[in-house]
Amino acid sequence: MNFDLSDEQKMLGEQARALLADLSPFDRLRGLIDSGAEWDEPLWRALAEMGFLGAAIPEDHGGLGLGALDLGVIMEALGGANAAVPFMSSIILGAEAIRLAGSEAQKAAWLPKLASGDAIATFAYAEGPGSAFATGATLDGGQLSGSKLPVADGGIADIAVVLVAGGGFALVELNQPGVTRTRLDGFDQLRPHYRLDFADAAAEAMPGAGKLDRLIDQAAVQAAFEAVGAAEACLHMARDYAMDRQIFGRPLGGFQAIKHKLADIAVATELARSNAYYGGWAAESSPDDLPAAAAAARLSGIKCFEMAARENLQVHGGIGYTFEANCHFYYRRERLLAVHLGNRGFWADRLLNAQPGAQGKAA
Amino acid sequence: MDFNDSAEEAAFRAEARAWLAAHAPAHELPVGAKMPDTEEADRGRAWMRELYAGGWSGLTFPKELGGRGASGIEAVIFAEEEGKYPLPKGPFTSIGTGMALPVIAKHGTAEQKARFIEATLKGDITWCQLFSEPAAGSDLAGLRTKASRADDGSGDWIVNGQKVWSSWAHLTDWGILVVRTDPTVPKHKGLTFFVVDMKTPGIETRPIRQISGASEFNETFLTDVRIPDANRLGAEGEGWACCMTVLMGERLGSGAHRSGIEPLLDYAAATSDGHGGTMLDDRAVRLQFADALADEQGERFFQARLRTMVSRGENPGALAGMVKLAYAGRYQRTNGLALELRGLSGIAPDMDDTATGDVQYDYIYSTVMRIAGGADEVLRNQIAERVLGLPGEMRMDKDVPFEALKG
Repeated sequence: MNFDLSDEQKMLGEQARALLADLSPFDRLRGLIDSGAEWDEPLWRALAEMGFLGAAIPEDHGGLGLGALDLGVIMEALGGANAAVPFMSSIILGAEAIRLAGSEAQKAAWLPKLASGDAIATFAYAEGPGSAFATGATLDGGQLSGSKLPVADGGIADIAVVLVAGGGFALVELNQPGVTRTRLDGFDQLRPHYRLDFADAAAEAMPGAGKLDRLIDQAAVQAAFEAVGAAEACLHMARDYAMDRQIFGRPLGGFQAIKHKLADIAVATELARSNAYYGGWAAESSPDDLPAAAAAARLSGIKCFEMAARENLQVHGGIGYTFEANCHFYYRRERLLAVHLGNRGFWADRLLNAQPGAQGKAA
Repeated sequence: MDFNDSAEEAAFRAEARAWLAAHAPAHELPVGAKMPDTEEADRGRAWMRELYAGGWSGLTFPKELGGRGASGIEAVIFAEEEGKYPLPKGPFTSIGTGMALPVIAKHGTAEQKARFIEATLKGDITWCQLFSEPAAGSDLAGLRTKASRADDGSGDWIVNGQKVWSSWAHLTDWGILVVRTDPTVPKHKGLTFFVVDMKTPGIETRPIRQISGASEFNETFLTDVRIPDANRLGAEGEGWACCMTVLMGERLGSGAHRSGIEPLLDYAAATSDGHGGTMLDDRAVRLQFADALADEQGERFFQARLRTMVSRGENPGALAGMVKLAYAGRYQRTNGLALELRGLSGIAPDMDDTATGDVQYDYIYSTVMRIAGGADEVLRNQIAERVLGLPGEMRMDKDVPFEALKG
């Protein structure tokens, strides 16, 4: 048995972390928020130059043709830095939707640009409260109608893959008169969300049918890697603060109330990491195992990051409530990661439905 | 990343599998049979003899001492293959191989090694552990059973005190024993380690009536028990180092887990909720199941990661405690849910219900899993200190002579 990342994957993760430490420190995040920026464009360029954007895009479409685990170590690093880039929207969801469901022409038109960072994609699936994956929008004779909201990175995206009536995907260019984009007041200040209104916008059907499940299972695994990276960043931030902070004559981290809390987060994070590894392995090597593996990874990712984001701020005490401390980036991002791609209940159903003989009515 | 054995591991597995296929079936326990514990222990000895004859006893124990000298991963593989047979294994065999042998090999004299090692590997000597006391569990070094030299010039030690949670002490031949020989120094420094023949006069073993109704644990009273100095392991005052050798073995061994989720899912899916659906339609129930399944899968693949470390010759250390901490709590939650789903029938099942009794037992037993082999709180401290690097506990007693401590 060799249930570990390869040396190459570990090196890839190291490179990503080093780049992010250099280009995306917390003061940079604060500056982006203060300036009302949509995203960290220089960082995106740097990620493109390193080949990270095209890591899992096939080689004949300008990528490196690597797998889910390679992508996972990059996502883990991005989660750790709380980076303000549309990697989930453009690469994990947009590019992958085109690879899974797009025509050869659509792949040829967009995958090389997504790999190079010259174009940005997003995946528009929600339509307000209610079902996470809503199909009220319609594609009829090449014309897209309806509204999608909230859509992550909808302000900077060049194209959107839109989930439409019937469960298929439409590919729509967003820079056209039939598309109205409205920035929403977003909870995560480093990942803007938009309302997209389509009024007979020109759009193409994507020929691949029934690809939603595969797309979101794969994305759930990557979301788990992102959550694990973020949870570990919170854990280390809390640990470092607790070691440094003196209270009642000794380090805060010497109190069992703190030690046990952080130990529990460490356990939850390692279980989630293990599930993310298994999900990545299943995505690459065992598609039949992917639905259960992805749902478990998704759920344990949500769980560990929820604990870590909340308790990191708590360990910091009052300083954690200030904009100058760094807890809030993760505290906000955590809620986004908990609800995007379907929330805990949605993935609990998927996990149960993947168990033999355990399908319930609630699904 | 793959789940396959390496070529060497596959060869080892094939050899183990072939040997087990030829020798294990004759030792299998009859399914569902309740047998007297004396018979279980005798069958355990017979299986130990078989293992020794086949060269499989003391797998990771050095060859020159009579073991197989196998690697850590080979021990894991053998345990996986051996685990496919319902064999008579238990504390009556594992305390000897997992605890007594390592401490004798590391701290024993040549004479002690010659006397105990081969006999233990063969199952001729079985062992119990006389460590915990009513007031010394997680804080083992606070133990009070005392030993002092006999005043007849023989050099023998006279031991008085009480030990507890000594599994199978009533049926095993020898015990590993830690006692206080010097109360005038701080607690860790005044301990000495012995092996003791359980037939020595003055040793009285009483079964403990447990909350499960079973009595596999004992309390052991030692009253003027005379132990020759030849049965002292390590130097006087070095008992704590011996204990550490034993307890490191215990931690690496605590990795097994039982799931129990699948049968419960089947039960919920097959049981009416009284509203035209099944128990599995309940949202709160679904969330609890999903949480348990995700945790269980995480534990399984975390163990796969630790197993990978072992196969590289690395020591997972305190990471191994994470698995135990996670599964013990989950086991309690899952069995608690199993009783809850049965409603009042979980408390008093109908006469023809044979399954609920096991769930009740498992719910009771889950409390032991959270306490024995490193209590939840001890494991959290270890993880915080050894994995995260947080400060150790403040120990008010570490420089105080034991006799000056309160309590």
